[in-house]
Amino acid sequence: MTRRGRHSTLLRLLAALLLLVLFLFPIYWLFMIAFKTPEEIFSSPPAWYPAAIQFDNFRVLFKDGDAKTVFNSLFIAGSSTVLAMFFGTIAAYSLARFRTGGENLAVWIISQRMIPPIAIVFPLFLLYVFLGWVDTYHGLILLYTAFNLPYVIWMMRGYIEDVPLELEESALVDGYTRWGALLRVVFPMVRNGLFATAVFTFVFAWNDFIFALVMTRSEVTTYPVQVTHYFGAQSNFWAKIAAMSVLGAAPVFVAVAFMQRYLVRGISLGAVKG
Amino acid sequence: MTEPATIAPRDGGMAPGLGTDRHFKYLILLPAVFILLFIGIFPIVHTLVASVQNINMLEEDTSFHGLLHYRYLFQDARLWESIAHTLLITGIALPIELGLGLLMAFLFVEKLPGRPVFVALLVLPTLIAPVVAGATWRLLFDHRYGPINQVLGWIAGEPVPILWVINPAYVYPAIFIAEIWQWTPFMFLLLLAALSNVDRSLTEAAEIDGASPLTVFRRIILPAIWPVMAIALLIRGLDLIRIFDVIWALTQGGPGTMTETLSIYTYNQGFRQFETSYTGAIAFLVIVVLTVVVIWLLRRMEIHR
Repeated sequence: MTRRGRHSTLLRLLAALLLLVLFLFPIYWLFMIAFKTPEEIFSSPPAWYPAAIQFDNFRVLFKDGDAKTVFNSLFIAGSSTVLAMFFGTIAAYSLARFRTGGENLAVWIISQRMIPPIAIVFPLFLLYVFLGWVDTYHGLILLYTAFNLPYVIWMMRGYIEDVPLELEESALVDGYTRWGALLRVVFPMVRNGLFATAVFTFVFAWNDFIFALVMTRSEVTTYPVQVTHYFGAQSNFWAKIAAMSVLGAAPVFVAVAFMQRYLVRGISLGAVKG
Repeated sequence: MTEPATIAPRDGGMAPGLGTDRHFKYLILLPAVFILLFIGIFPIVHTLVASVQNINMLEEDTSFHGLLHYRYLFQDARLWESIAHTLLITGIALPIELGLGLLMAFLFVEKLPGRPVFVALLVLPTLIAPVVAGATWRLLFDHRYGPINQVLGWIAGEPVPILWVINPAYVYPAIFIAEIWQWTPFMFLLLLAALSNVDRSLTEAAEIDGASPLTVFRRIILPAIWPVMAIALLIRGLDLIRIFDVIWALTQGGPGTMTETLSIYTYNQGFRQFETSYTGAIAFLVIVVLTVVVIWLLRRMEIHR
């Protein structure tokens, strides 16, 4: 390597480190607040790290029952992910292999994903009031299932199209039924895509705020809504905001860390095949 | 575009005893379409019906009022202001996210020690719930216990008492900072993937031929990364048009209605003022306009291969 090359690598490394500090500092700060004592949180000038790591802020959330909102999120996002993945993948199979409805249907489906939620959530709220589905698990699960279906269909259509056709044809010749070929040949072939898409589907529901804000009252409140409850007119419950946010963010970090390879394809709606 | 592969049941069948096959492709599509229609079509029909009635907090007048509420749309200054706020946020945040993301992508496209770790960590802001990102920034911006004013104070050499999410002069910068912080990594990640796929022999050949870096970028790199750039802009652009969460956490549209976006205004009309019919009119307009725009863009960009 030339002298100039080594220098520029060093400069780029410095720039990269600077960017890392800038982008990670807010997350660092959030996590630090979660471990601070009240005195440390409300010290001015602010303390940049807690004197000791202590878990009181989290303990309070579990003791007061606020942590239930995290389990609500887990149950609702988890259930809707399973439903959206199953119905979405079999629908994607129909689109990928039979061209059902042609491009028009496919484009209509993905366009559904891009409508602002606020325009949909208002009439749906009126419907949910009528049906008595506000603040119920099944109401929110159905909503997230529908919200995520376009994404799942769109993504899984791409993954299924990557699978060679011959496998299914030979499975059908071997006496598999259509369902058998789909569930026992296609599903295993696209399992990586299934897994990656499921993680993103889960994260979308897990991180959603607006649907949950409108459709929950107290029973099935999800963690993002709970975070906003801690902002008060007079004072904010900093420790709770931070601890609840950490409970919500940490699982996503871990889940996505396991599937870096599919990250770009997953967030680009399949436009980039990693 | 290649001819789509298909294993549609051919006449004569591929295996014996698959007579029920004909309906299979519809059968597996049906549940998804049913759910999508329930959540997708119902709101459109309902908002359309409600929008020509006159339902609000005080009365439940379901008689036909024609285009009453649609006519009011054009006189509603607060609506147009909220649309202007939304377009302002989109028009400023989107190019900055694109520009910064592109610069970062160029920084990381060549070999760099520890690159995978850098990339994996830089993407974390994008994974946080937007409302949590907003909450985090509200804590960071706090004028007494937040580190932002503290750091600015070090630079200025005297205490900096900026009331970030309250002072009208600083609310937009605060929103831009939070928004750009969270979503620049998204642009970066997609553009990095696109840049990595650019044929190096082409750019090197052009450089040897004496082309300036700008020419290489415009003539070779930009056309190559454009498909990905376009989809990234589409996704982020539509996200910005519907922006709600981060502003809700930071300002709730305030002070006054200064940072009220289209989504926040619609929410206020529907869930705080209970102007059911009028909200229906807004929602219907938004659904129709954006569906048309989105489908037009998707078809134009041919991202559906």
